[in-house]
Amino acid sequence: MERLILKVTTKIFFAPIILFALYVQFHGDYGPGGGFQAGVIFAVAFILHAFCFGLEETKKVLPQKALIVAMVIGVLFYAGTGVATMLLGGNFLGYDQIDPESTHHAGQHYGILLVEWGVGVTVASTMLTIFYHFAGREPDIDQEDW
Amino acid sequence: MNEFDVELSPILLLDLSLLTMLLLVAIAMLRSRHLFAVVMLSGIYSLLSAAFFVSLDAVDVAFTEAAVGAGVSTVLMLAGMLLTARREKPFEARRVPIARLAVFATGAALIYATIDMPTFGDPNAPANAHVGQAYVEQTPDDIAVPNIVTAVLASYRGFDTLGEVLVVFTAGLAVILLLGVGSVRGGREVSDAQEDKT
Repeated sequence: MERLILKVTTKIFFAPIILFALYVQFHGDYGPGGGFQAGVIFAVAFILHAFCFGLEETKKVLPQKALIVAMVIGVLFYAGTGVATMLLGGNFLGYDQIDPESTHHAGQHYGILLVEWGVGVTVASTMLTIFYHFAGREPDIDQEDW
Repeated sequence: MNEFDVELSPILLLDLSLLTMLLLVAIAMLRSRHLFAVVMLSGIYSLLSAAFFVSLDAVDVAFTEAAVGAGVSTVLMLAGMLLTARREKPFEARRVPIARLAVFATGAALIYATIDMPTFGDPNAPANAHVGQAYVEQTPDDIAVPNIVTAVLASYRGFDTLGEVLVVFTAGLAVILLLGVGSVRGGREVSDAQEDKT
């Protein structure tokens, strides 16, 4: 088997990278991080997979069609949160309206989590889309070609 | 105003060495004609600036720089490099006096402008005094989120961040439109060789 060590290492690292992305995603309120960074880290896990197993294998795991849908869903999720707060009677993205009874601004926490989720989904799928399109145009190149 | 008689603390030495390395990497990038080396050096540049941001206590910015700048940008540049040549075209270096004059004049103006900048961490600096101070004071009451950066990004400036997400989305859309292979609904794939014939 070609490049055995790289393949085994990638398999070991794949899940922890995604776990770290989710940690960064949901821990943005309390520490550094948020949707942008989490989305990029999530995309990096799949880029690592593509580097090691080839783009075609990665596309079987996460097809391009799904990424386009995810890109749109992310943006609509963010904007939809804003529209939802308007429908609840507040301003666009006025998160306090989500839980107006709360004494410790629970609505703000919910709102931030929701929009950050939209950011993360959009960023991850967009980064992967760009990578797929750049890397998918040229057949695999020789080691000496670098 | 400017206090140049700062004692030589370890932090200052760290900052100076990071900035020196940034400068050296930038010069190496300018001088190299090998595109692979330039891409790798730009990744190193991002990582060094991330370290510098940590030393400036801007962990959120440092995190973004490390993930986006050093991580994904380097990969995308490598992937983009596959579509083009591996080396920059050799060219005749011509000396244009007016270009050199313009560069030095701009550089001198920028250095002159830094003299008026507030010192690092100055509580009276405009960035810390008005809206920045309001955010720091109001966040515990308004948002009740420990990370003020997130509070500003997702709540106070939520509309701006929606715009940023749309920018990312548009970038992805543009790449799909320019480099995409067929439509989402199963369009025809056209290879470059075929296109050249027609």
